[in-house]
Amino acid sequence: MASTHPSNVSLDLRAWRIRRHALRMGEVQGQGYIAQALGVADVLAVSYFHALTYRPGDPEWEGRDRFLLSIGHYAIALYSALIEAGILPEDELETYGGDDSRMPMSGMAAYTPGMEITGGSLGHGLGIAVGFALGLKRKKSGRFVYNLMSDGELDEGSTWEAAMAASSHRLDNLICIVDVNNMQADGPSTQISNFEPLAPKFEAFGFFTQRVNGNDIPALVKAFDAARAHTGAQPRAIICDTKMAKGIPFLEARERNHFLRVEADEWQKALDILDAEKPQ
Amino acid sequence: MSRLDKYMPRTVKRGPDGEILKTSAMIASIAGADQRTLAAPFGEALVKCAGSDERIVGLTADLSKYTDLHVFAKAYPDRFYQMGMAEAVLMSAAAGLAREGFQSWATTYAVFASRRAYDFICMAIAEENLDVKIVCALPGLTTGYGPSHQATEDLAIFRGLPNMTIIDPCDAEDIRQIVPAISAYRGPVYMRLLRGQVPLVLDEYGYRFELGKAKMIRDGRDVLVISSGLMTMRALEAAKALQKDSIDVAVLHVPTIKPLDIETISREAGKAGRMVVVAENHTVVGGLGEAVAGVLMRGNIRPPAFHQIGLPDQFLDAGALPTLHDRYGISTSEMVRAIRVWQG
Repeated sequence: MASTHPSNVSLDLRAWRIRRHALRMGEVQGQGYIAQALGVADVLAVSYFHALTYRPGDPEWEGRDRFLLSIGHYAIALYSALIEAGILPEDELETYGGDDSRMPMSGMAAYTPGMEITGGSLGHGLGIAVGFALGLKRKKSGRFVYNLMSDGELDEGSTWEAAMAASSHRLDNLICIVDVNNMQADGPSTQISNFEPLAPKFEAFGFFTQRVNGNDIPALVKAFDAARAHTGAQPRAIICDTKMAKGIPFLEARERNHFLRVEADEWQKALDILDAEKPQ
Repeated sequence: MSRLDKYMPRTVKRGPDGEILKTSAMIASIAGADQRTLAAPFGEALVKCAGSDERIVGLTADLSKYTDLHVFAKAYPDRFYQMGMAEAVLMSAAAGLAREGFQSWATTYAVFASRRAYDFICMAIAEENLDVKIVCALPGLTTGYGPSHQATEDLAIFRGLPNMTIIDPCDAEDIRQIVPAISAYRGPVYMRLLRGQVPLVLDEYGYRFELGKAKMIRDGRDVLVISSGLMTMRALEAAKALQKDSIDVAVLHVPTIKPLDIETISREAGKAGRMVVVAENHTVVGGLGEAVAGVLMRGNIRPPAFHQIGLPDQFLDAGALPTLHDRYGISTSEMVRAIRVWQG
């Protein structure tokens, strides 16, 4: 399937730019879910610049793939991807989290072009994705529904209700991406409510399941391709192990980085580190 | 609390003819023995709408038979989705289908929609103002199975939800008019459902449902009953009975709980000399009664007296439905008794 973005820009550079947009937005508020954004940037780069079909100038185009952000607080990451994709203008970046902004701290459908659902109440995305997938099938559309969720959302019973329904309805147009960064509000996810072994769970629920290093772009490309090319009449899961704050070592090293507080001078330091690592 | 000590031994309760009094089946009809009824008015009306509206799809959480959605499922099997006994994904999937341009009709029991699925209805459906119709059986006290199935506070729960239209139909006539009306409306609706053999009453009064409008079903000089749901049927029966006492009762039916028809309620309650009685199959907390009280207070409308007929702020007993309706004051005879007392 051809990307709608035939481009010479490498996925590495896309991911780098997504990280850079996110850091600049984080600097505006001085804090936030920046570690998640840095962690999931590679997944979003592969989603928006390899896998998804869409028209940047027409975010509600019927022929688009649907990308649902279940984790509303990852909005900073998705805004960065939407800016990079040309769906949101880069010059609004500094409005992030401000009054009357199109980029509120938690993602909402009514606020932002390209934001398909109102996330944030965790454990909602996969169930809504089931409805999107049923609807697309009714319309005989060949498009996919992607649901991006976090490992913390695996604690929610509704996630598993939805997983069972997706499988029961043989939703082969649904791709569930799980960002496993092993960090949630109260600490490491596997210590909060242990979801491991995770891949066998999704397999047992009837998903075509892959588990990859979510910061390895070639591995992600392969996984997304396999998920789309798979011919089984079943939903697909791509479990992505990611590193919180990936790419900024001094932030990666922070023990509690679910909601990062970053000192004023540290933003420039982070940007400098990123800029020194700019890919081709 | 009315509940008896669970360590106290009991004897068999018998009726006047020596028969054992039984808990009615969970899905028992609320119709009286001599009442005219219509079978599955919701299911039949939805099938009719779906015939001319391709957007309509039906979803349920293992309760198609008990919400009359099985009629739709039989007519349109490919437009019916069985979501399993899973109310979160029922509501979420209904939202997703609505986002793809379909009109989702999701059915379950009122307890499960209001209590278990509230967050999903709130954030996935109401916040996005999606075209989802939530149709729920066993509203208020319409089963003898106890609090697990008695949705005594569903209206209170949903009244606080922005964007949500709330409907409490009286009878089969109401339901068969409401279904096409709310289908024509684009937005989220919560509708209380009467299912199975549903009493047919309002057709005798030349009734016309209008979304958001209260309707005077009969006029009267002494008492104004403002009612919704099956309590309108009870109020009409009570009004007939009270004629013998020369108490002239008006009945204003309010099938749309939200948005409330403030204009009609204010006008009728403002007519001089009429006591106002609000009757609802719901707890007296947070339902039609308190909504009307608020309208009167804000409008500086002062009827000679204001009373509520509704369920007490308690978890209600299990048992036979007629016994429970008497116990909690929402049977016709209890309504008649109360109005007589209030009329002195």
